Amino acid sequence: MSPEKMVHMANQIATFFKSQPGEDQAERVAGHLRDFWEPRMREQLKAHVAKGGDGLDDLVIEASERV
Amino acid sequence: MKDFIIPDDRDMGTPARTGAPVTLTIDGFEVTVPEGTSVMRAAAEAGISVPKLCATDSVEAFGSCRLCVVEIEGRRGTPSSCTTPVAPGMVVHTGSSKVRKIRRGVMELYISDHPLDCLTCSANGDCELQDMAGAVGLRDVRYTAPEGGALDNHFEARNTSGENHRYLPKDESNPYFTYDPSKCIVCSRCVRACEEVQGTFALTIEGRGFDSRVSAGNALDDFLSSDCVSCGACVQACPTATLQEKSVVELGTPERSVVTTCAYCGVGCSFKAEMQGDTLVRMVPWKNGKANRGHSCVKGRFAYGYAHHQDRILNPMIRENITDPWREVSWDEALSFAASRMRGLQETYGQKSIGVITSSRCTNEETYLVQKLARAVFMNNNTDTCARVCHSPTGYGLGQTFGTSAGTQDFDSVEHTDVVIVIGANPTDGHPVFASRLKKRLRAGAKLIVIDPRRIDLVKSAHVEAAHHLPLRPGTNVAVVTALAHTIVTEKLYDEEFIRTRCDWDEFQAYAEFVSDPRHSPEATEELTRVPAAELRAAARLFATGGNGAIYYGLGVTEHSQGSTTVMGIANLAMLTGNVGRPGVGVNPLRGQNNVQGSCDMGSFPHELPGYRHVKLPEVRKIFEDAWGVSIDPEPGLRIPNMLDAAVDGTFKGLYCQGEDILQSDPDTKHVAAGLAAMECVIVHDLFLNETANYAHVFLPGSTFLEKDGTFTNAERRINRVRKVMAPMNGYSDWEVTQLLANAMLKESGGANWTYTHPSQIMDEIAATTPSFAGVTYDLLDEKGSVQWPCNEDHPDGTPLMHVDGFMRGKGRFIVTEYVATDEKTGPRFPLLLTTGRVLSQYNVGAQTRRTANSIWHGEDVLEIHPHDAENRGLHEGDWVKLASRSGETALRAHITERVAPGVVYTTFHHPDTQANVVTTDFSDWATNCPEYKVTAVQVSASNGPSEWQEDYAAQAEQSRRILPAAE
Ligand code: SF4
Ligand code: SF4
Ligand code: SF4
Ligand code: FES
Repeated sequence: MSPEKMVHMANQIATFFKSQPGEDQAERVAGHLRDFWEPRMREQLKAHVAKGGDGLDDLVIEASERV
Repeated sequence: MKDFIIPDDRDMGTPARTGAPVTLTIDGFEVTVPEGTSVMRAAAEAGISVPKLCATDSVEAFGSCRLCVVEIEGRRGTPSSCTTPVAPGMVVHTGSSKVRKIRRGVMELYISDHPLDCLTCSANGDCELQDMAGAVGLRDVRYTAPEGGALDNHFEARNTSGENHRYLPKDESNPYFTYDPSKCIVCSRCVRACEEVQGTFALTIEGRGFDSRVSAGNALDDFLSSDCVSCGACVQACPTATLQEKSVVELGTPERSVVTTCAYCGVGCSFKAEMQGDTLVRMVPWKNGKANRGHSCVKGRFAYGYAHHQDRILNPMIRENITDPWREVSWDEALSFAASRMRGLQETYGQKSIGVITSSRCTNEETYLVQKLARAVFMNNNTDTCARVCHSPTGYGLGQTFGTSAGTQDFDSVEHTDVVIVIGANPTDGHPVFASRLKKRLRAGAKLIVIDPRRIDLVKSAHVEAAHHLPLRPGTNVAVVTALAHTIVTEKLYDEEFIRTRCDWDEFQAYAEFVSDPRHSPEATEELTRVPAAELRAAARLFATGGNGAIYYGLGVTEHSQGSTTVMGIANLAMLTGNVGRPGVGVNPLRGQNNVQGSCDMGSFPHELPGYRHVKLPEVRKIFEDAWGVSIDPEPGLRIPNMLDAAVDGTFKGLYCQGEDILQSDPDTKHVAAGLAAMECVIVHDLFLNETANYAHVFLPGSTFLEKDGTFTNAERRINRVRKVMAPMNGYSDWEVTQLLANAMLKESGGANWTYTHPSQIMDEIAATTPSFAGVTYDLLDEKGSVQWPCNEDHPDGTPLMHVDGFMRGKGRFIVTEYVATDEKTGPRFPLLLTTGRVLSQYNVGAQTRRTANSIWHGEDVLEIHPHDAENRGLHEGDWVKLASRSGETALRAHITERVAPGVVYTTFHHPDTQANVVTTDFSDWATNCPEYKVTAVQVSASNGPSEWQEDYAAQAEQSRRILPAAE
C-alpha cells in the first residue's frame, strides 16, 4: 500500500477516536488496528513510524507502540 | 429427500382481516372469522368456494361481476358475497336455485363477448373464466347476431361489415407479458393490483359500459411506454389470458412447482418456480412468502433468462498467462492446476500470500465453505466478501451501539409504522417489493421523510408524497443526522423513559452535551449540508413525535468515509426517540444483494468467524479448531482493498473469487486491475467470463440458483430455502466445486478430505458451531417455510424483532458522531460531486440482468446532470460526455434532469463498457474500508464518444476472452 494511503487510513481512525469522550484514545486506536489491520499493514505502519512517522497523527504514533 | 409440502395457497377471494371473532352459518356449517371478513372469504374458510370473477385475495373487493351472489336470511335481494362483511349470527346460502340462475345469466353475458378458442388459448387449463363457466353449469349462449350484422363484440378482428371498431390488437410491447384486449372481461383486478399491491397506478379502465377496456398509461401509450414497471402483479391477478406471460404462451402451462427464493436483492422474495420437466415455465411470487407476501419485481419475476444464456461457460478452463487464450480442460485438470499453483504460491511467498473472496450472491452454505477454505485449507484469514463494499459499516456501527449488526425488524413491521425515514436508499429501484409495501402504508397515512441528494421516486409519485425531503450535499450524512439529534435533544423531544431504562445514561449525557452544541444546529450546518434548517427541524419534530418511527437506510449511508459514523448516528436517533424493540420501529439496513446478511453471518469477513466472533478469541477459535481439526490463525486477514494493495506490493499472489466481479464492482478500476494483474493465480468461479476473469488463470464454471440447494438470508435476517429445480448445466453445484478445490489442495498437502454430500450437512455444521443458528435445520425450514435468526433454544421459532426486552449488548450505547469532511473535495479541476446508484431493471454489475430482456429499460449507463450544470458546459440531452476524476475518466451519455441538485451528478455501474468505477477513488470508510462510492469530485465535459481508456479496455477484454477451439 502506498505510504500516503496508509497514513490517510490511520489518520481517519485517529480522527474518529479523538472525537470520543474519555482518556484512552490511544488504546482504542491501537485496539482498532489490532482488530482490523492485518499484520502486514501493522508492520508497514510501525516501519513508517520508525522512519519518523511522516504525516501521521500524533495519536496514531502513540497507538503504534501498542499494536 | 423429503417432500416439501406446499401450504395451502388457495385464492380466498378477499384479503384477510384481523379483528374480533364473528360466528355465522354458511350452508349449514358454522364458521368463525375475524370481524370485517367478507362472506366470500368466510365461505372459503369453511371450504366452500363461491363462484367469482372480479374478486381475488390480493386486492380489495370491487363487486362488479355479480357472479358471487348469495342469499342471506332476513336480507332482501342477492348481495355479492365479496363485498358483504360477515355479521354475527348471519345465515348464508351460497347455492340456492335463485343464485344459481343469476350466476348462469351473468356467465352467459360474459361468454357472449368472449372468443371461444379455449383449446388454443394460452390460458387453457389456467383460466378462471373457463373454470367459472364450468362451475355455474353454463351450457349454451343464447345471444345471436342480428340478421345481416354481427353480434357486437370485442374479439372478432373483422365482422361482415369490415373492420370491427371495437377490436384492439394485442399489445406485445412488454418483453415478458402480453395484453390481449379481446379476452378482457373488465374485472379490474389488474387495475387494483397495480394500485394496491404494486402502488404504481399505471392502469385504468378507459370508457364506460360496454366500451370500457383496460388501458396502460394514456391513450397513446402501450405497456412499455407507460409508467408500468413490469412487476407482474396485474398478470398474476388477471383471471383470463388477457394478461399472460410470454413464456406460458410459448411453452404451455406448468405441471409442477417448487418454492424457492429470488437470487437478486436483499428483500428475498419467495417464488414458486413453475416447471415442465426441467424447463422453467415461469416464476410466480409465492403468497406465503413472508418477505414479499405474494408480490415481486421485474427482476425476480421475469429476469431469469440468463440461466440459459449462450454466454454461460460450462466447462472449466485454464491458461498459463492472462495474455494466452483460454483452454477448455476437464474438471480434474483444472482443479489440480489450480491446487498446485495455489500451494506453490504459498511455498514461495508464504502462507498468507493467497486468499478468497466470497459473494453475497452465493448461498450461506457456499460462503461458509469458502471462508472455511481460507481458514482450514489455506490456513489464513484472508477471506472477504463483497459486503465489504456495501454494508460493512452496518456491521461495525450497529455492533458498537446495539451489540449486533442485525437489522432490528421484519418487513411486516412496516405495516405498523407511522413515520418513516428513508436515508441513502432508493427502495423503488433497489428494493422494489419493500417499496411497494412501504407505499401501501404511506397511502394509509404514514408520513415519510426522505434524506437523499437526489429527488428519488418516493419523494413524489402516484398517491405518495414525502412530508420532508432533505436534499443533502453528498458526504454530509453525519452532519444531517447529528443536526436531527440536536433538534430532538435541545427541544426535549427525546424519550427519557426509554433512554433511562434501556441505554447507558452516562453515555447519553455525554452524547446529549455533544449534540446540543450550537455548532450542530441545523442553522449552523445548513451552509455545509445545503439542507434548509427549518425543513430539517420540522423533520426531526415529526420523527420524534409522530408515533412509531422507523429508519430504513441503504448504501447512501454506508459507502462514505464516515459510513460507520452515520450508522451509529442512525442508531442514536432510534434510541433517542425510543424507537427500538417493537413492531413499526427500528433500524433497518436495506441490504443490496440477496445474501449480504448471510455472507456476513457466515464469517466471510477476515476478522471474524461465523456468528460475528473475532478470530482473536481463543474460545471461539477452539470451537472451529475442534470441528475442523486444524489450528486457526488468531490474526485478522486482509480485506478486499488490502488484498489488492498487498498484490501490488508483491506479497499477495493468489485469489479464489466466487461469484463476484471485483473489477467492475469495486472502486478505482485501474487499481483493481493492477492488483489482479500482479497476482500469479486468479481463480474465477462464475457463470460468465466476467470482467475479473480477464485477469484470471483458472475459470471454474458456476451454477445458477435454479441448479442448487441452499439458503439465502435476507435483509430481515430471514433464512429462506433455495431449492434445486434442475440439474446444474456445468455439472456441479457451487458448493461442490469449492469442496473439489479444497480436496485438490488437501491432496497436495496430505490433509483429510471434505465429504459433504448435501448442503443440509453444511447447515448442520453451521448450527453446531454458531449459537445464533443453533436451531436451524433444513427440516425446520421445510416445516416453517423460513425462520429469522437468532434461532436457538431460547427462540425455537426464530426472532422477528430484535432487542425487545433489552439490547443484545445489554445497555444501548450512544456514540458521539463528529462530522468530518471527506478528503474527496471539489475544486477548480473537479467542481462537481458524482454519486452512484442503480436502477430497477438492472442488478449490480449487470452480469445477469444484462443477459435478459430487462435491458430494454436500461440499455446503458447515463449521467444525470442538472440543467444548470449542463447549460454551463453546453451539454444537451443525449450528448456524449466525458466524466473525469483524479482516478480516471470514462465517457457516457448525458441525461438532463432536475432530480439531481446543481453541483451533483449521478450514474449507475451496471455496464462494463462505461465502468463508472474507473472514476471512483480509493477513499474509504474509516472503520471498515468500505469504499466511498457515493462521493467523487468530477468534471464533466463534452466528448465525441468512448474514451481512450474505454477503447483500450474493450480491446483487452476481447483479447483475454479468447477460447481455443476444443481439441479434436
Ligand atoms: S406489471 Fe406491475 S406496474 Fe405494470 S401494469 Fe402490471 S401491476 Fe402495474
Ligand atoms: S386484463 Fe385481466 S384482470 Fe384486467 S380487467 Fe381484463 S380480465 Fe380483468
Ligand atoms: S429482486 Fe428483490 S424485490 Fe425483486 S423479486 Fe427479487 S427479491 Fe423480490
Ligand atoms: S366476485 Fe364478487 S362481484 Fe365479482
